[in-house]
Parts: sequence; structure tokens; C-alpha cells
Amino acid sequence: MINKLKSKDLLGTKDLSPEEIVLILDTAESMKEISSRDIKKVPALRGKTIINLFYEPSTRTRTSFEIAGKRLSADVVNISVSTSSVAKGETLKDTAKNLEAMNPNAVVIRHPSSGAPHFIAKILKCPVINAGDGAHEHPTQALLDIFTIREKLVTSRTKKLKGLKVSIIGDISHSRVARSNIYAMNKMGMEVTVAGPATMMPADIRKMKVRVFTDLSKAIEGADVIMMLRIQLERQEKGLFPSIREYSRLFGLNLEKLKNAKGDVMIMHPGPINRGVEISADAADGPYSLILDQVTNGVAVRMAVLHLLTGGV
Amino acid sequence: MTNNKLKEKILIKNGRVIDPANKIDAVLDILIENGKIIKVGKSISLQPSAFSLIDASNKLVTPGFIDIHVHLREPGYEYKETIKTGTEAAAAGGFTAIACMPNTKPVNDNQSVTDFILDKAKKEGVVNVYPVGAITKGLKGEELSEIGELKSAGIVAISDDGKPVMNSELMRRAMEYAAMFDLPVISHCEDLHLSEGGVMNEGFISTELGLKGIPNAAEVVMVARDIALAEITGARLHIAHVSASGSIMLIRDAKFRGVKVTCETAPHYFTLTDKDVNGYNTNAKMNPPLRSEGDFLAVREALREGTIDVIATDHAPHESSEKEVEFDRAPFGIAGLETALPLTLKYVNEGAMPLNDAIAKFTVNPARILGLNKGTLSEGADADITIIDIEKEWQIDVTKFRSKGKNSPFHGWKVKGKAEMVIVGGYPAPHLRR
Repeated sequence: MINKLKSKDLLGTKDLSPEEIVLILDTAESMKEISSRDIKKVPALRGKTIINLFYEPSTRTRTSFEIAGKRLSADVVNISVSTSSVAKGETLKDTAKNLEAMNPNAVVIRHPSSGAPHFIAKILKCPVINAGDGAHEHPTQALLDIFTIREKLVTSRTKKLKGLKVSIIGDISHSRVARSNIYAMNKMGMEVTVAGPATMMPADIRKMKVRVFTDLSKAIEGADVIMMLRIQLERQEKGLFPSIREYSRLFGLNLEKLKNAKGDVMIMHPGPINRGVEISADAADGPYSLILDQVTNGVAVRMAVLHLLTGGV
Repeated sequence: MTNNKLKEKILIKNGRVIDPANKIDAVLDILIENGKIIKVGKSISLQPSAFSLIDASNKLVTPGFIDIHVHLREPGYEYKETIKTGTEAAAAGGFTAIACMPNTKPVNDNQSVTDFILDKAKKEGVVNVYPVGAITKGLKGEELSEIGELKSAGIVAISDDGKPVMNSELMRRAMEYAAMFDLPVISHCEDLHLSEGGVMNEGFISTELGLKGIPNAAEVVMVARDIALAEITGARLHIAHVSASGSIMLIRDAKFRGVKVTCETAPHYFTLTDKDVNGYNTNAKMNPPLRSEGDFLAVREALREGTIDVIATDHAPHESSEKEVEFDRAPFGIAGLETALPLTLKYVNEGAMPLNDAIAKFTVNPARILGLNKGTLSEGADADITIIDIEKEWQIDVTKFRSKGKNSPFHGWKVKGKAEMVIVGGYPAPHLRR
């Protein structure tokens, strides 16, 4: 058993070992207990400063990190692109150096450019946590997804993560959620299938050790978990699909198509949902939907990551 | 470039002279007088007081290297490079002549910019500078530049390098027009629709890194188009920075059919692959991008068998701060003048390409394409000579570059082979060692 993470930063699940993933998930279990108390606060990170540096609009992830930090008694500062000096043309390098000068204990960054967290991690002495970079990685999302699946397996007392079949459906090319989940799930011995329009399937995706389909019903056959991805409506203008109507018809999940899946299949979505586009309302709100569990668990997993990276012991 | 201490006659003794144009590879002496090569032969002897002696024992003596593809940045981007620093970098890298691309500010699409470059090069340059004129006004791809006037001002080729001429009809007319002046058309082959938003090679690495890829097809379809246009116009087409295996197949086939097409590649395409982008290394970001292992091998093979005529650097200096940004926001390009020779020798030493062929790709081949009386050591030719210590081991250190551009993915590499001296127009270029 290990009790800490190797790297100073959490930049992606690609760099995590299976033991580290288990450590984060186990830590998140005890963190989840804190969130169920009346007084949802422990002094673990008292006196520590966490900066949320968000270059993209985000409600869920930013709030989740903020709540996670606050439940551990850290001082959390939010910097979003519209209020920061970025609008005045400051480079990311200068921003990072300025933040460094204020001695934060961790910086959580979301950025539209893939690799931006890696860039600032080289400049900052404190831990850098990737909260989503371009189409690259979103490691805490993958960790909370696996946490949520593992939690359900315990309550249904069926199986282990190893061998579990997960199908990720949608725009794989532009999805950092897909990449982080593929890396992390492969490390946990899970079997990942991806499906989506051929126009949104990245080059050589098979080399990431996934099965690839362009047919939704084939992709979800026998799956234990179906993870639907948000379709960005502006991709239509780029010629990646002809219309929302056709996308929904071919790749949208609804109760009818779910008949091909296992009876107890788990349905997930990283949010925010386009209701009626990639997932119908009855599927999103149905009994097998874990979408709100994902949100709850997001706080616990982020508490675990913050604690492991900045908590000392 | 004059040096009063030197006599009019220079005798280079005992060097291993490689002159691919004349199929010479032997230990010989070379006598230079008044900027021309007077004699190449065994044990030339003269009155001791009548000449300056350069002892080239154990050194390689070759025609001066010619780089057909350089961005000097001046006028307009002097913070990246100037004609002075760029030509000093060229000399340090073993080049005695360079062709500079027109994507300056203002663009070299008219006589006054060509005049400015040539004038500045005469005053401040330490090697020969040959401007390349723009195909279209402002590199906009809309209207032809005044190519006839540019030719009389001194350009040696036309190119919209950095941007392709997307309009095929206009490219056809440019080729027809350039053929009247026997100017080669240097084509940067890139379909802008296919490459839009791309920042690296499209493949497994771009998938892993979550970066938008540029497919090989973006280059290959334009190579195919330009070969077809060269065929109907009879123009001389030179394809810049070939990176994709598909392009090589098309060029090989076109040459076989007698189309007037030549091409170049750059050392990074036969030294690195897209794996070198890992870690979001902005110094490995160039256009066309570093390709896959398969393309890398195809480029190496095409150099060996001769489909690729020229090794050019595509020297593209940038200020350090411009590269110290998010990968997708960094500009394309690397500073290549001071690393091309050892990287090429590395490939030669790996046993795949004969040394004489490598020298030809730096000398006689680019000279023929640009129509220069250079690139050989024939008696009567311009006395542009490069003297190389082929055994010298050294470490590439960007802080020691003469170029303002420190953007090189080869920083820290241990390499072998260095230009000891270049002679430009009969005189050693100012000694450049620090």
C-alpha cells in the first residue's frame, strides 16, 4: 500500500499508477463521509491557499473544487478569465510567475489549450491540478467516474472493476473526459469501447487499447456502463455532423436503444447535458442514471486529490 | 567583406576536396584569386610571399553551402532576426549563400523591398543573399506580384512560402508567368482547409496529446496539384520542405515522367518524428509538422536514392518569449542554420547516405535550381568554399547561436562535424567563433 502520490502535480491519469488511483479512490471514500455530516468541514488544509484558475467557463468543476477546498478548511480563491489580467494580454508564463509570488499551496487550472497545466507546472513549485486542458485530459472527472462505478458495484455486491465493460459514446476527438477515462479505466483492468461518428474519432484511437464502433447499438451491447459525452453544437458548423436531428437519431441514447443493453446498465454523463440530443430525458433521469451521483462524488474525489497533494500527511 | 591582412591569392592546402559537380573526392590544393577559383590540383606551389595559406589538412573542403530556404525576418521582424545576424548564423553553419523567403513586413512583392534586402546584405551581410520574391501581392493569393520587375531587381525564385496559393487557377498562371523568366516556383504545399487549426502531425501522438492534427493529405494533395500544374505549364517547380511519404511517391513518379520538379527537405524531418512533440515541446512545432516514423523513414530513403534533391534548413527564428506559451499558441518554425550540417553528417555516419551525395544536396543541386554560378569548385567559379572539421565533436548550445532565434529542439545534443571556416567571394567570412 502506498500513502502518497509520486508526482507533485495531477496533470493526467496517464501518469498515474493503478495503486495511485486506488489510493485516491480510497481517500475519497473517507472524504465522502465528511460531506454527509451536519458540519461539513474538517481542519485538514487550514491555512492553505488554493487558487482556482479558470480560463474556460465552468460551473460544475469550479464549484466542485471550491467546495472541496472549503470542506477541508483551505482558503479558496477563484480567478476566472474575464476578471483576470489575461484579458489585458498577460502571458500564461507571467500569470504563473505572479501566482507563484503569492505562495499558493495548490493551483487548479482549466484551460482551452492542451498542455497548459504542464506548462505552468514547470514554473510553479506548488502542486498543479488539471481541471481540464483542451482536448487532452480531465483527470478528476475520470477519477470521480470510476469512484462512482466502484461505489455502485459495492452496493450491488456484484463484481470488481476489473473486467467491467464501459462504452463511451460521442465526440471522442474533442473529449478530454474520454481520454482520461480510457487511460484510468485501462489501468484498472476495465474494458473500454468508444463509439461515435467517424468524423469525431481521433487518429489511431485503437492504439489506446479500446474497441471502436460507429454503431451505437453494437457499442452498448453487453456494456456494464454507458458514458454519454456532451456534443458541442458548434461542431455541426465545422462539418463534423449534418444536423442535431441526425446525430440524435444515430448516437443519442434513449429507452428504446437501451433495450439492447444489460438490464442493470449504469448510465453516466459528465455534464452539462443536452437533453434530447445525446441523451433523452427519460434515460438521463431513469433509475440507472448515475449522473447526480457523479456530481456528489466529484466533491469527494477533489477533496481527496487536494488532501493528497497539499495535505502533507 | 574585405580583409586587408589577406593577400589577393589564397592557397588552401591538403584538404580532402569534395566537389560533387566534378566528381572530385581527393586530397588536393585550391588556389583562389580575385574572388574566383583559379586552380584545383595536387601540390600547387607558389612563391611563399605571394599568397595567404590555409592549412586544411584533415579537413573537408567543399563548395560553399547554399541554403535555398531561409527566413531572415528583415524587414519588419528585426526582433526575431536581421540580415546581419541571419547571415552570421549562416556562415557559422557553413553556408556561403542563402535564399531568403518573402514573408517579411512589408512582403517582398516589389522591387523596393528586394533592393532593400540586397542593399542591406551588401552592407551588413557576411554571406551571399538571394531574395525570393512573392508569387502574389502581399502573399494574399489573389493577384500576381510584378514578377518581371522583381526578376530584374535580383530575385532568384518566387514563392508564397508560409502560405500556399490556394487558388489553383492563379497558381497555374503564376507558373506560366514565371516560366517566361525561367524562375523556379517554390511551393509550400499545404491545403489550408485540411490543415485548419492543426498544430502537429495527425496521428496517435496528436490523439494522446489532445492537439489538433495536420494530416499528411494536407501536403500530398497540394503536391499532386502542383505537379499537375507544372506538367501543363512547363514551369520549374521546386517543392519546399517535403515531410510526407505520399509526397515523395508523387515526386518520384513525376520525375520519372520528366516533369520539371525538384524538392527539398529539412534536417528535422530526417532526424525527429512527432514523438518529439511529447511534453508539449514548442521547439518541435513547425510547419509542415514532424511526421510519423513511416514518413521519417520515407524521407531518409528519398534522400538516399536521390528523389530529394536539396537539404534546406527552413530557418525560422523566433524570439524566445514567442515559443514560451501554450503549444497551440506558439508560432511554427525552428532556427536551423547552425545545426543542419552536423545533423546531416549524423545521417551520413549512420551509413545510409554517401557523404558526396549529402554535399551535393547542399551545393550543386540548390545552385542549379536557383541558376547560380556556384556550388562547384570548377576553375572560374565564384570562390565560395566551406571548410569542415568532420571529426569535431561538440554540443549544440542555443545560447551560442549567432542567430537571434534560439528555438531549436536540438539544444544539448552531442554531435559531430562543424564548419571551421567559410570563404565567401574569395575571402574568409569574419571569424565567428566565440
